[in-house]
Amino acid sequence: MTTVEAQETTLQKGFVGQSVPRKEDRRLVEGQGVFFDDVKRHGMGYLHFVRSPYPHARILSIDVSAALELPGVYGTLTGDEVAILTDPFFQIAAEPGGSIKDYALAVGKVRYVGEPVAAVVAESRELARDAAELVMVDYEPLDVLVDARKALEPDAPVLHEECGGNMTYEGRWEWGDVDAAFDAADHVVKISELHFDRFNSTPLELDGALVEYNRGTTQWTITTNNQFPGFAVIMMAPAMRVGTDKLRMVTQDIGGGFGNKITSHPQLVACCLLARKLNRPIQWTEWRTDFHQSMSHGNERWFLDTEVAVTADGTMTAFRTKALDDAGAYLRYEPLGGVIWAQVAPGMYGWRNIRLDFTQVLTNKAPCSPNRGYSRMQHLWFTERIVDIVAQELGFDRVELRKKNFVQPDQMPYETPNGCVYDSGDYPASLDLVLELIGYETIEQRREEAAARGKLLGLGIGSTLDSGTNNFGQSQLINPELQFSGNNEVATVKLDIFGEVVVTLGTTPQGQSHETTAAQVVADVLGCDVDLVHVRAGHDSYWNSHAGFSGTYASQFAVTGLGAVKGAAEMLAEQMKTLASMVFQCPVEAIELADGFARLADNHEAALPFMALGAIPNANNAGFPIDPPPMNARFVYRPPFDVPDKERKFGKLTLTYAMQIHACVVEVDPETGVYELVDYAAVDDCGVRVNPKIVEGQVMGATAHAIGAAMFESFTYDEDGNLLTPNFYDYHVPHTLDMPPLKTGAVESPSPFTSLGTKGMGEGGGGGIHAISAALQDALRAAGAPIVTDSHNPYHRVFELLRHPERARAKVEVTPPSLQAGRPSGGE
Amino acid sequence: MSVTPATSLFVQVTVNGERYEREVPARRLLVHFLRDDLDLTGTHIGCDTGSCGACTVHLDGVPVKSCSVLAAQVDGASITTVEGLAGDEQTPLQRSFAEHHALQCGYCTPGMLMSATALLEQNPTPTEDEVRVALQGNICRCTGYWNIIEAVLAVGQNR
Repeated sequence: MTTVEAQETTLQKGFVGQSVPRKEDRRLVEGQGVFFDDVKRHGMGYLHFVRSPYPHARILSIDVSAALELPGVYGTLTGDEVAILTDPFFQIAAEPGGSIKDYALAVGKVRYVGEPVAAVVAESRELARDAAELVMVDYEPLDVLVDARKALEPDAPVLHEECGGNMTYEGRWEWGDVDAAFDAADHVVKISELHFDRFNSTPLELDGALVEYNRGTTQWTITTNNQFPGFAVIMMAPAMRVGTDKLRMVTQDIGGGFGNKITSHPQLVACCLLARKLNRPIQWTEWRTDFHQSMSHGNERWFLDTEVAVTADGTMTAFRTKALDDAGAYLRYEPLGGVIWAQVAPGMYGWRNIRLDFTQVLTNKAPCSPNRGYSRMQHLWFTERIVDIVAQELGFDRVELRKKNFVQPDQMPYETPNGCVYDSGDYPASLDLVLELIGYETIEQRREEAAARGKLLGLGIGSTLDSGTNNFGQSQLINPELQFSGNNEVATVKLDIFGEVVVTLGTTPQGQSHETTAAQVVADVLGCDVDLVHVRAGHDSYWNSHAGFSGTYASQFAVTGLGAVKGAAEMLAEQMKTLASMVFQCPVEAIELADGFARLADNHEAALPFMALGAIPNANNAGFPIDPPPMNARFVYRPPFDVPDKERKFGKLTLTYAMQIHACVVEVDPETGVYELVDYAAVDDCGVRVNPKIVEGQVMGATAHAIGAAMFESFTYDEDGNLLTPNFYDYHVPHTLDMPPLKTGAVESPSPFTSLGTKGMGEGGGGGIHAISAALQDALRAAGAPIVTDSHNPYHRVFELLRHPERARAKVEVTPPSLQAGRPSGGE
Repeated sequence: MSVTPATSLFVQVTVNGERYEREVPARRLLVHFLRDDLDLTGTHIGCDTGSCGACTVHLDGVPVKSCSVLAAQVDGASITTVEGLAGDEQTPLQRSFAEHHALQCGYCTPGMLMSATALLEQNPTPTEDEVRVALQGNICRCTGYWNIIEAVLAVGQNR
């Protein structure tokens, strides 16, 4: 493994910019982390969900009596009770998707295999599972809809009758003069069908909670691993007909999230209802099969009838396409995927004319939720596919085509056709760096060497953006009635009685090292050692350090979280200086914070330790003529956003744009389609890196997820609606032996829009998926030159491309036809 | 002659040097016995199929997936869990995991440490390929494994 720094880091002295050791690690390597499933309460009951074996069926009756008779069973909950005790969850969608009635348990109908229809609580995990098998559910099976492309056919089975069909959202997104650009184009490349596959990042820790109900205060305490408590309580409280203050959300350590743990609110409501009904703590831990069948797959998306306008010199001037998004059986966080992609509408390129008709439909599959790279990854795979297919079919060099069409460094900050602003970056230089790391100069020689061994070698590039810090006002572009906009995160920093520096946050980290990086920022502001800063682990509503958007999702902590931390630390620093000036009876400006003291800048002997400052307001405050500052600061970070223009679908949808360019080399066995990643390089630019080692760790993790999605991981359903990959046997995630050699490189283009010059990062843009698609297409040029039209390319799909390249070639057409250069270059 | 199967068994077991005696349901998995009965929650659960390795512990010195062993099977045995690795101070492998950023969320880490500790006991200076083979039964979803492999190799190289 090799790491390359593209340039000197831009940062000042201090802890920010250093790879400070992680504060989280001591407890985690000693087995002393506290994950929700580690928490126990006296008398708690274990919950097990009864789940549907049918993808689509009417529920005729549910009989829980046999389960209740089993000794040790505490009680049950069914959909009928839920429909009485709660209201349907608030829907983000306007009509028709807004009509969907979604509850904590299935009411009247089931719509996917694994949907919870009842819950059983018993004294042990084993007994709860046994009892769940005694619940008798009578179903009347209905016709099944699996293929999104058939969802709008007149005779398609309808999932939610109240929607009047299976379409939940449709909208035309158009900027520039698309038709004029096509009229002026020298070439038009048409791609009939591209498909981004269904998968998710399968965090190792499963969803769950320990839920307690306090009958006196009528408040629930929910110890959980939900990663977006701000969203969860907004969904849960109205449905439960209580105020959000009745839902105390608590997390400590979370075993991975990747967006998949955003939409556990239905199950949490079921736990809450049972905690109240049975008057005992409810423990729910999902099983792996439950998770694969029911918890929040990534959005599957088709791109149909795509056309790309290209001028003779290789300038890509326009594209138009129809995006068909498969949301599964319920909307939950959807249809936000219908707008999130627009954060990166032109990818990294200078396209000024874009038309995308977005349609989202329901199918009898698990509901979707954000998955690392949410909705932008699908779209960036699409733009990268366009670039490589255009290059191949029109005979352009794909590196030069990228460099020619990239947004250029002298254009930064760059406003896209839809009003987003790419804040900084040097895309061509970053491409050069990754090509150097992958050994692009020698690729043709390596191709020949591989051919001599009977292998097809190919190189692929995936250039992507990781847009971060959402403007939630973009939700109004899909539903103008919504009252969400902007973003926020909260931090408190205080000095306690003995001078302890204590930080709380509203975030819910799942490995992103917030305790460490927050301490780095605070230490620099307060002029103390990083080891003196204590950052509370996790989230607790009782800390009063959260707001409506609190959580850890969507690549934003380095902007929102650390922005809040820096703001609170600066407020505390001001209070400390003010208090010291009161003690020394000098102007505030005469005080500096350094080496763990508040001292006179010109006389370091006159110095107050943090302990003295903490003690005064907390325990020793007599004799001050005016109140001493409280040594306690709370800051709400708010990024500078306006509500986007709903008519034009125009505005700043996110604040920062981190960038990744991945490159890989594959070797394909032409007889079998089996291929191996033999080389891999990833360059990342996320502005100022607070902790380079932690940044690199995130780059590696995103790379691994992309490799898994490209090669192994798929939530595949059969035509009867059964998930074929419901566990880690059938759903293969990368193991140690699957990982290629990796080189990483870093570029730092500070963001002009953030207080630390940082950009949100961590999701990556799925660069590895794009790079592997491109590498396979490159390798197969010598075998009939099929284009790669799927994001997921297991060996059998490559075998199919090798056997029938003409089937893939039939999906691409160039006008005028004489210009098509993508003809096969090798023997068929 | 009919035989009534036992629904619970008496188990004596030594865990991290401490002796426990418990009546356990016959079907209780070792991982649930450790986590729920002994409150040793450092050992984690990530799947239902013996695929992920988060529950790896040492059973009489041999790494096993404790989700695939019944508590009743460990009668008379000696078990080490992640909580038993560090004495007064952490082991070189634990320190190396932190130094190499070989963990993010930390959920797979106990299993990784137990598998890698067993490898290093058998083979104090493994090659990269040997490390990859030894850890192929442990899934990590955060790191992509590169830093984990480096952390294990570094312990071997420092011997």
